[in-house]
Amino acid sequence: MSEKKLMKGNEALAEGAVRAGCRFFAGYPITPQNEVPEYMSWRLPEVGGAFIQAESEVAAINMIYGAAATGTRCLTSSSSPGVSLKQEGISYCAGSDIPLLIANVVRGGPGLGNIAGSQGDYWQATRGGGHGDYRVFVMAPYSVSEMANFPHKCYETAFKYRLPSMILADGILGQMMEPVEFIHPEIDPKSLEEPEWAIGVNKGRAKHIINSLDLREGMLEKMILERAKRYRELEGAEVLYEEKLLNDAEIALVAYGTSARVATAAVKAAREKGIKAGLFRPITLWPYPKARLAELASRIKKFLAVEMNLGQMVDDVRLAVNGRAEVYLYSRPGGSVITAEEVTAAIENIVKNGAREYAALK
Amino acid sequence: MQLLNKNPESLTDKLMHYCPGCGHGIIHRVIAEVMDELKIRNRTICVVPVGCAVFADKYFNCDAIQGPHGRGPAQATGIKRVKPDAIVFSYQGDGDLASIGMAEIVHAAIRSENITVIFVNNAIYGMTGGQMAPTTLIGQKATTCPAGRTAKQAGYPIKMCELLATIEGAAYLERTTVHTAPNVLKTKAAIKKAFQNQLDCKGFSMVEVLSMCPTNWGTPLDNPSEATRYINDAMMKVFPVGVHKDAKQQ
Amino acid sequence: MYQGIRISGFGGQGVISAGILLAQAGMTEEKKVTFFPSYGAEMRGGTANCSVVISSDEVTTPIVSSPDTAIVLNEPSLAKFEPLVKPGGLLIINSSLVNSKPVRNDINVLYVPCNKIAGELGNVKVMNLVALGAFAAGTGAVSVEAITKALPKIFKKLKPEMIELNAKALRRGAEIKLN
Repeated sequence: MSEKKLMKGNEALAEGAVRAGCRFFAGYPITPQNEVPEYMSWRLPEVGGAFIQAESEVAAINMIYGAAATGTRCLTSSSSPGVSLKQEGISYCAGSDIPLLIANVVRGGPGLGNIAGSQGDYWQATRGGGHGDYRVFVMAPYSVSEMANFPHKCYETAFKYRLPSMILADGILGQMMEPVEFIHPEIDPKSLEEPEWAIGVNKGRAKHIINSLDLREGMLEKMILERAKRYRELEGAEVLYEEKLLNDAEIALVAYGTSARVATAAVKAAREKGIKAGLFRPITLWPYPKARLAELASRIKKFLAVEMNLGQMVDDVRLAVNGRAEVYLYSRPGGSVITAEEVTAAIENIVKNGAREYAALK
Repeated sequence: MQLLNKNPESLTDKLMHYCPGCGHGIIHRVIAEVMDELKIRNRTICVVPVGCAVFADKYFNCDAIQGPHGRGPAQATGIKRVKPDAIVFSYQGDGDLASIGMAEIVHAAIRSENITVIFVNNAIYGMTGGQMAPTTLIGQKATTCPAGRTAKQAGYPIKMCELLATIEGAAYLERTTVHTAPNVLKTKAAIKKAFQNQLDCKGFSMVEVLSMCPTNWGTPLDNPSEATRYINDAMMKVFPVGVHKDAKQQ
Repeated sequence: MYQGIRISGFGGQGVISAGILLAQAGMTEEKKVTFFPSYGAEMRGGTANCSVVISSDEVTTPIVSSPDTAIVLNEPSLAKFEPLVKPGGLLIINSSLVNSKPVRNDINVLYVPCNKIAGELGNVKVMNLVALGAFAAGTGAVSVEAITKALPKIFKKLKPEMIELNAKALRRGAEIKLN
């Protein structure tokens, strides 16, 4: 185990990617993720990798599409408006089974929005975002240490199941500093086997084609169904979540990322007031830990989704719970920070006053 | 018996889908011959466009990657940066390169990416059925300018070689045509140079090839010479052939 | 223990580096810490502020909305952060630059002439360390020693004599006590 180091979330993410074997980065500056390209610009050359400040997010995603097609572990990072621009490329990568990593340090939207931390891109991240039937493996860190350590899992999963992966962070996680411990051994990409599909210098093997197009009747369907099998395997094997104080809970807060930190404080405050609250924190957002939530719904009858948006993940809670428990929402959009006091008040209101619905519409 | 001519090894024997009189088949063949002659087939990666050449990955006997419309130079950049030993070429049409992908091609030239670009300019959108291209001539008819392109409504045809020649990073820019046999040979020489430049790490090289599209130009399919005449009489006046830039050394 | 801190001042007063120093110092004392800067448009406007949490338990939210201690290094920061301080909390005022007086009487106030002391030491740049010294002594949330140890880790490019000057400023600040 290495010594703990005080690091900014964005830099921890960049360093974590390098340690997980990333050797190519392309990106375009946008607040609040600029430390990622800044860090990569000097760090990647140190390890024999390459860095490009691209002319646009559109170019950046396609640069890493090309580089990842050679089997290289690649990263592009951006914040919400820039990730919208990348969606075309993400769809193509999904359609050609290219594993790569996209980091979205989410800010307030829609449009140019603001630069504060937000969770407004949940639907975009977990429902595809680009055109066509496809999935992206999405992880939601809630600490700087997780920013540092999640790239490892993203690459492992993306290469195993051949799909794009995403780290869905937010401006707060990107900008904050915390002690970081890198828990995974550093990966030397030279030690990794070249994927059997990779394009490159071919030394006489049959040619490899990376392509998302198939106009032959029924063939695209076949390709997608083939891919869907891998999605199902992934859903069965790679779901991650964390539970806090749920054993005796009468109300379960459901929150990811920064909201989960606030929710943790609210759970503590509610317990001090005699309310048995607990926290369920999805770590993978796709696949969503719906089976576990469904199990919990057999004994916990109140769920409160806490989000920094108008209420997006709450849909997944409702789908998982499927009518077996009441689902409430406390959320604030536009990059406004939810406080533990607000969430605690919401918990009290739901548990004591039996509020049917609680949202932050003031 | 002596074999005088054979298919290049760098082409597959897949039957091409191109229309009669189309220039793409000729340009494919020329590129494949160059790949054979330079002995680079095993390390060449073709970046395939959106447009009529979208199936080029089936015809070139080398690794290939297909991507979003116009983003070929960005994909080629990514590949070349992580696999500098690979020979990477992007094959693009006029809509791909000069319209939707204008930013990508200009910035690949600005960075002087050590890649080769084959730009096929036939002044029309072929795959989608004959709409106006950024290189469509003034007065030329297309399905989205049925009375002929006017400068007032749609501006002027873009001259990519001339535009890119203003960029310091562009190492080699030549415009050729494939409407006559001697010009096909000149095209081959230019393409060979554009690949040799990459082998010599000279930076961004592009060959713009004027090419026929009888189907969408509306010239008679049973008389290909009318299409070749259009290149000679109309296109070459707007798009003069020749070397537009040849930086001796980077 | 839990200590939520807000530091605010002009850009160039070392607000951000002071915050990072506190977080690093807390970390070396085996405490849980977070640092969160204001960023973007606000930064360009000439004022900067940051949140620091030093705690024995896991830190939940890194944005300190009601600080135990607010350190205000310039005039506009007083108006912005005085109202946020927890009742019974501490307000450290850079009395060299802040002329207004706080209006609340449910908080403790420590007047520290940061610029004056730093000037006496020969370099006004170390005024932020004077404030940190007063903070360490006034709250006990971190020790002066821990901040001293953090100096070379955060100011990696600083010459040893400048590190020493920062440490001196820290010690001078720590001499200022609440009445």
